[in-house]
Amino acid sequence: MNPRPLSLLSGGLSALLALLLVSALWDTPVHEGVSASVAGAMGHTGVAHPVTAVLLDFRAYDTLLEMAVVLLAVLATWSLGRCDTLPARPVQGPVMRGGLRHLIPLAVLTGGYLIWAGGAGSGGAFQGGAVLAASGVMWVLAWPRRPDLPAPLGLRVGVTLGVAVFLAIGVAGLPLGPGFMGYPPGWSYGLILTVETAAACSIALSLVLLFLGGRPWRDAEDG
Amino acid sequence: MAEVIRASLLIFDGLLALTLVGVAWQLLFGQGLFRSVLLFIALGLLLSLTWVRLGAPDVALAEAAIGAGVTGALLLVTLGRLRRMATGHARDRGKGS
Repeated sequence: MNPRPLSLLSGGLSALLALLLVSALWDTPVHEGVSASVAGAMGHTGVAHPVTAVLLDFRAYDTLLEMAVVLLAVLATWSLGRCDTLPARPVQGPVMRGGLRHLIPLAVLTGGYLIWAGGAGSGGAFQGGAVLAASGVMWVLAWPRRPDLPAPLGLRVGVTLGVAVFLAIGVAGLPLGPGFMGYPPGWSYGLILTVETAAACSIALSLVLLFLGGRPWRDAEDG
Repeated sequence: MAEVIRASLLIFDGLLALTLVGVAWQLLFGQGLFRSVLLFIALGLLLSLTWVRLGAPDVALAEAAIGAGVTGALLLVTLGRLRRMATGHARDRGKGS
């Protein structure tokens, strides 16, 4: 068999399989999943939004590991070498910088709102952090010659802040009663908001540093 | 009236699904990496719209902000760096480590 009929045959079989899958999935009843048990447990947590309750209370350990993955990605990028100046050809003219002077405060406000809104509705640390990171990336693009980054120690503290605060609150649950990654009753709203704010700052900084793509300091400055 | 809205939403969902597959196809098999990266960003935004239609606004927000926005920016900056490495104009080439 030459390749052409063979690819036609495999394409036809794949289409048939896709059709069968679609027809099998078409009539599946709507499955509620765990939403009933989450709704039943909402009284035990301080936040009003089920998604935030799952992410930062019921399954907080998973979220901690997700943040550790972002942290590891930054450390791996730093181990690859020093970052070069970004971009190779900076954007000329006053339009981008002038626009950014208005856009960045708005982006910071939106990011902060998303973090805070996570307690009651859609939003949260990753979304708010990503919006903050976007304004940071635009900052780097507009003023590439002076990114105004903190000292290496400050950057290290910044990227680990989220994981550190989350882990500290999680471990503090052990002697205080609620167990590892648990919140004492009545404290959960404040603690979740603290964790979310720290996490969003770390995520935003991590994403900007990933965009820079390397250690933003010279080897001599490494202390 | 409710029937009309239902029908038009169904048509919208169908068009959205077809566009997603079409954009994904173009992204994978089209010519040029830059075009693929731009299509990837477009795919992320369409996917975020799909999550809204599926009733998952939280996932939609994350997809738009991280999937389309930040990943798109990372891919674009990687592409720029790859080009500079290919043409030998990389400023920091050789003194990276």
